[in-house]
Amino acid sequence: MDPVLLDEPGRKVLLMGNEAIARGALEAGVEFCAAYPGSPSSEILGVLSRAASVFDLYAEWSANEKVALEGACGAAFTGLRAMASMKQNGVNVASDLLTAVALTGTPGGLVLVVCDDPGGISSTNEVDTRHYARLADVPLLEPATFQEAKDMVRWAFDLSEELELLCMVRSVTRISHARGVVELGSLGRRERRARMTPDQRYASLPPCPKRKELKEKLARAAALFEASPFNRYRGPSRPELMVVTGGTGWWYASEAVRILKVEDRVGILKLGTTWPLPESFLLRHLTAARSVLVVEEPDPFLETNLGALLLKARAAGGRRIPAVFGKLSGTIRGPYGPGVGEMNPDIVVEALRERLAIPVPSSRQAFRKRLEAEIDFPLPGREVAFCPGCPHRASYWVMKNALRLDGRDGLLIGDIGCYSLGFGRTGYSLSRTMHCMGSAVGFASGMGKLERFGLRQPRIAVVGDSTFFHACLPGLVNARYNGSAFVCVVLDNSATAMTGFQPHPGTGRTAMGQPAPSLSVEAIAASMGIPVRVTDPFRVREATDLLYESLQKNELQVLVFRHKCALLQSREEGLPARRVVVNADICLGERCGCNRFCSSAFGCPALVWDAGKGRASIDEVICSRCGLCAEICPAGAIQVIEETES
Amino acid sequence: MPARFEDPLNLIIAGVGGQGNITASQVVAQAALIEGFQATIGETYGVSQRGGSVMSHVRISRSEEVGPLIPRGHAHLLVGFEPLETLQVALEYGRPGIRILCNPRPLYPIGVLAGDSAYPPAGKILKILAKHASPLRIVPATDLARQAGEIRSMNLVMMGALAASGFLPFEKAAYEQALQILFEGPTREVNVRAFEAGFLALSRPRRNRPRD
Repeated sequence: MDPVLLDEPGRKVLLMGNEAIARGALEAGVEFCAAYPGSPSSEILGVLSRAASVFDLYAEWSANEKVALEGACGAAFTGLRAMASMKQNGVNVASDLLTAVALTGTPGGLVLVVCDDPGGISSTNEVDTRHYARLADVPLLEPATFQEAKDMVRWAFDLSEELELLCMVRSVTRISHARGVVELGSLGRRERRARMTPDQRYASLPPCPKRKELKEKLARAAALFEASPFNRYRGPSRPELMVVTGGTGWWYASEAVRILKVEDRVGILKLGTTWPLPESFLLRHLTAARSVLVVEEPDPFLETNLGALLLKARAAGGRRIPAVFGKLSGTIRGPYGPGVGEMNPDIVVEALRERLAIPVPSSRQAFRKRLEAEIDFPLPGREVAFCPGCPHRASYWVMKNALRLDGRDGLLIGDIGCYSLGFGRTGYSLSRTMHCMGSAVGFASGMGKLERFGLRQPRIAVVGDSTFFHACLPGLVNARYNGSAFVCVVLDNSATAMTGFQPHPGTGRTAMGQPAPSLSVEAIAASMGIPVRVTDPFRVREATDLLYESLQKNELQVLVFRHKCALLQSREEGLPARRVVVNADICLGERCGCNRFCSSAFGCPALVWDAGKGRASIDEVICSRCGLCAEICPAGAIQVIEETES
Repeated sequence: MPARFEDPLNLIIAGVGGQGNITASQVVAQAALIEGFQATIGETYGVSQRGGSVMSHVRISRSEEVGPLIPRGHAHLLVGFEPLETLQVALEYGRPGIRILCNPRPLYPIGVLAGDSAYPPAGKILKILAKHASPLRIVPATDLARQAGEIRSMNLVMMGALAASGFLPFEKAAYEQALQILFEGPTREVNVRAFEAGFLALSRPRRNRPRD
């Protein structure tokens, strides 16, 4: 059985951080869970949707993060325990509601789990969502370990019910997408019935009295945090330097202190409740230290708030205030400088060296230098690429050819998904913009009104199927209403592929594996009065002709490129029973005159150049046997051989 | 832990997206758990499901308080699924005395395929690694996986080789138990076969000269 679902309190299991978060919700007896997928948060709802039938709870993939949080609020208004989970970008989408529901509160426990991505490892930004907790006046918990990820989520529901206020739990990639040992607790019981009594009414009006109530709730949260076991200090009673840290910073600071062997000089104050601050607890410890170093990622959030607290304490008089170092002082800095990028143990080691005047050992990087001395060749980088067999490669190939045929330097406006790689080599660097979910349509809607200012370049807005439902509909409505002209190409690969193939409103099934109506992109577009056509990008010529024709009409159109994700296809049905081979009799290699067209222009990782034989070759280890390259080779040397079962 | 094993013991699995890096890290971590250690795994991957560099940091310790990131220059053990990735990670994370297992089969970056950059001769990479590792063991894991019937189970061949290498203080039985916990059905069969092939390959008398 899935270790996350085991009813064995006290058992220690290896869990991914996101599994620990989901387990915490199960132990709290969560009834309603909603999310939109996004790395590094997606596995949370993945686990909860698998748990749904076992625990009789409800889990859904929502159309977007705002709807997910709204659904959770709906459940919490009726007294149920509800959770929404999302990546940092999702909070931007849901923030309008976040600030509103903070003012009204909910009777049922309402928890927002956000998984930030410092360093933007699988994101287009590294937005620090802790600022939202302060912006919306809601309590914020930050786990520092896998165990805490579970325990904090469990406690967040109690806290939320006690305060009648949404509680935010902030994880990061190195917790969510890492694994460690977690001791399981007992599973929660769900005996609550959903009901709204006639006196239950929730509106953020009038705003100022509501805000006053909210501030009082926040003060109660701060009082509770004073005694929280998630906040603790370890180290000398009067340390030369006190590291104050929340989240993963605790791991890195602990390791740095061990590496430098400065346990007798440096103490570590680990804060798990990072907004509002437990002021008395902090002041008691901080005033015992000569100086303070704040370790957190990526923004100086704690550092700024600590600074304000210390100034307040000084104004109140009588306290000696330690000097605070961190990102604002430039002491904590990664390769991009202070306040940019993710934290790691090496950054903390360097900062401790600086503050404690510990010299850098001469042996540092000796191993690296010895190795480097022998590397007399350049080390090629490894760009990310569309997978072998990816339909997006076919789509971008089609778009590249159609734009070239059109010849007016058309603009490809990109969006968020696997196809964001259209910015890179395997998308032929066609994408001109990439910002946030759905913005391709909005951008194109604006650009489609610029003819009066001389814009003659045709526009293609490229969005995925999941993105289409998430955030493209208002933009499309806007474009239709305002008469904007562009081609919206929907790359429909039948999944939210980037984040692990989660279902979406077009796939015909729900998070809990139930059949669902499959919403049709073309029916939605047609209902707006937008001309729609559907093709398969693997039919390269047909798709290119269709797109070329569309570009010639100066009007809003939707073109659906439909072909299932190659990974999903092979996961569901295995690899097709055929082989893709280079016919050595036909491939002339360097003598062909094609200038290695297949491997240099097409950009499939499985299509390699065999330097020894001087001709193209297929790497059987990674080839998906899609056969598209057979259409690309000008000499017809790449062949698909169907293997019929004997 | 026996005296020669450091605490925490830092192991990095280096490869390319799609090679089963994370699955392999779970096998080691699960085996560690079975042997009574704590284990932490940090996964580092980019925005692509496939094709980018992927690295798993596995940390094995008696303590529960080890973070998921290994500091630079602190890897005791490196399992490389691909030669170029192995060298890159050895540069960043290697330390004197690092023990390395390497699959010599290259996977070419897309820039190399396009002709913009060159892939260094794999033999040259292995020679450098052999000189600085203590020791380097070469495991023809892709070929062994093909022979075992599933070319994509290269990751489990490498785990079998790791079990035979003696680089970790675990018995073979711990890995075998981990495979039973982590996999089921036909996947388990294939993976066990691949694991055995890898184990056998490194149990034979050593032949450790890199190919030129």
